[in-house]
Amino acid sequence: MNTKITTLNKLPVNETGFIYDIQCSENVKRRLLDLGIVKNTCIKTILKSPSNGLKAFSIRGSLIAIRDEDSSSIKIYIK
Amino acid sequence: MGLTKSSMGNTLLNSNIKFNKNQNGFTIALAGNPNVGKSTIFNSLTGLHQHTGNWPGKTVSNATGHCSYKNTDFLLVDIPGTYSILSDSQEEEIARDYICFGNPDATVVVVDSTCLERNLNLVFQIMEITDNVIVCVNLLDEAKKKHIKIDLNLLSELLGVPVVGTIARKKKSLNNLLDTIYKVCNKDIIPKPKKVRYLPIIENKIDLLNSKLKELFNISPNLHRWISLKLLDDEQTIIKSIESHLNINLSNNVSINNIKSDIEEEFSHIDITKSNFKDIITSSIMQRAEQICDDVCTFENSNYSNRDRKIDKILTSKTFGIPIMILFLGIIFWITIVGANYPSQMLFSFFGFIQEHLLSFANYINCPPWLSDMLILGVFRTLTWIISVMLPPMAIFFPLFTFLEDLGYLPRIAFNMDGFFKKCCCSGKQMITMCMGFGCNAAGVVGCRIISSPRERLMAILTNSFVPCNGRFPFLITIATIFIAGSYTGFTGSIISTIAVLFVIILGIFMTLIISKILSKTILKGIPSSFVLELPPYRKPQFGKILVRSIFDRTLFVLGRAICVAAPAGLVIWIFANIGINGESLLNIIANFLNPFASLMGLDGYILTAFIFGIPANEIVLPIILMCYLGNGSLVSLDDTFAIGNILVQNGWTILTAINVMIFTCLHFPCTTTLLTIKKETGKWKWTFLSFIIPTICGIILCMFTTFVYNIFV
Repeated sequence: MNTKITTLNKLPVNETGFIYDIQCSENVKRRLLDLGIVKNTCIKTILKSPSNGLKAFSIRGSLIAIRDEDSSSIKIYIK
Repeated sequence: MGLTKSSMGNTLLNSNIKFNKNQNGFTIALAGNPNVGKSTIFNSLTGLHQHTGNWPGKTVSNATGHCSYKNTDFLLVDIPGTYSILSDSQEEEIARDYICFGNPDATVVVVDSTCLERNLNLVFQIMEITDNVIVCVNLLDEAKKKHIKIDLNLLSELLGVPVVGTIARKKKSLNNLLDTIYKVCNKDIIPKPKKVRYLPIIENKIDLLNSKLKELFNISPNLHRWISLKLLDDEQTIIKSIESHLNINLSNNVSINNIKSDIEEEFSHIDITKSNFKDIITSSIMQRAEQICDDVCTFENSNYSNRDRKIDKILTSKTFGIPIMILFLGIIFWITIVGANYPSQMLFSFFGFIQEHLLSFANYINCPPWLSDMLILGVFRTLTWIISVMLPPMAIFFPLFTFLEDLGYLPRIAFNMDGFFKKCCCSGKQMITMCMGFGCNAAGVVGCRIISSPRERLMAILTNSFVPCNGRFPFLITIATIFIAGSYTGFTGSIISTIAVLFVIILGIFMTLIISKILSKTILKGIPSSFVLELPPYRKPQFGKILVRSIFDRTLFVLGRAICVAAPAGLVIWIFANIGINGESLLNIIANFLNPFASLMGLDGYILTAFIFGIPANEIVLPIILMCYLGNGSLVSLDDTFAIGNILVQNGWTILTAINVMIFTCLHFPCTTTLLTIKKETGKWKWTFLSFIIPTICGIILCMFTTFVYNIFV
């Protein structure tokens, strides 16, 4: 099986990936954990903000907006 | 816009309900993720009107209310929504402290049935602290629409606690919940939570610490496992709060510290560190949650959120996202302006008619002229002007805005605008607090609690008064209608007024961004922090409820507040206008003193005086201005807004005056309630002072600038 590792901010709209590693600062990491974003969680890019710099992702049935600064330190793998 | 009796104004200043405990009945805590309908359940059960809205973070402090069932009294505590109780933001701390140390007889965890997996995270965390947990699976109607089926009996079996399904909007479905609460409190049902089992090595260490805690401290055995877990996690803020609430000393205890360092040593060999401990714990919880959801949920249609996605694509699109936002705002203002016109006129004539009769009645009973003048022309007139000018726009604006709020649009605004806020080193959530500011700046300031970074929260607090609250909003509309729309009447006129008001609002947003940027480079230095915000599903607003709630809870309440301030203010102004030294009234003396400075700003002394007198409540600025002008002799009966316009023009108002008044209305010191709220929220006079001085200076500079430009061209 081919898997590719990239960062979450590079996941194009409507594509699906899986969380591999969260390398954000403690604070952000905790917020993400609170939302149930842990290793192997399925994540899909849904929306891009018109003012740039953040995207909304579908995670465990809800829609969560995350800034690019933070999503660039979340590693994901794409099957 | 959190505007209810309990969520705004002076009551905000003393709303620190922390550990209420019901003396004669049972205490029930309502916990849950943000935006799952806790407040709706709370309201239906208690019959109170805690404000609800479709965005995460609506409830920022504990609210309490009573309800009774089978002759038993229950005290319900509505806790702010949290995703977890591990975090350190203010509202999560309130929630955690209450569940942990408030000792409720039962904790109802409300979960969103459309998003069960994530919600179970909190359920498991709460089950670590207390056994008396009831899970309330809410929003079953939405789940049904999305074709999600949940086996509640199986869920209850897997969790080991009672599970009740509800549709909070339908009151009937709540009886079951009440019944379960009743049974749990009376020990007819004894929940036996099936806690998550972590890695064997972690469980092992929890047991080790448990036995030590049992040996050392006399605390409820229920808390042992949880405290052990927190000790392993080495979470300082939580440990401190445990220490202060339970009055024990953990961090300086030698034997605990010894065990801890042994464990740390052992953990380091198997790659469990301080930084990944939470991951491991949360992963275990989420794995269990996934398993449970696999067992209890059936998704009949995997594309269940397609409709929301389609709407989102349009509302947040690159080209249309922001224009649509401005358009929505514009439509709301336009409807308000057009709709408010006629009722305003009717109220003016009605009160004018009464005033005539009051005067002749006073004359008839031989009331001394000074008394009747003071009461009728002073108090009564100011009061009725405020009602005529304010009531209609508010009665229209509030329901419309509540509609957008209930729909779930506010988080989208934050999402759309965050990029700009990020460039100014602050949070997009500030946009939500600004929207609340449209209702009441004091409520907006309290709403800033949803911003977790203290620096960004301060910026949001300091700049909140840049958005005109409902007290200033009718004033803006009046001025725009009279001067900007001017000779245009009907449709064109209303469109022009709308654009003018919209322009002032956008100016306010623009100033917020600029000032935030300046603050972030000077006294509030820092880089933008993270921004993680849930965009909730769109929900169909309940029209009936919106109307009732906005008219009775907000409009009448805000109006009541305005009247309470206006009556004495009317009296004071009347006295100032009629008592004087050497034949010159005190008001004139003050106004003349301020006049040179005011004319630099393109205003006059009376206007500035009115703004200063208007500190208790911005609503009374226009009436004071009119009183000042009328107090100087000519008594005119006011029939409508155009009569006001005539008075203003007679007293030398030009288009420049109007523009500057609008600017200064938007950019000046906040009212006393807001200032006191800022003091309470920030705890420092320094920030209160800054929040006073910053908008004022901006307003003065901007007014001087427009005057300067105007004088060059005209």
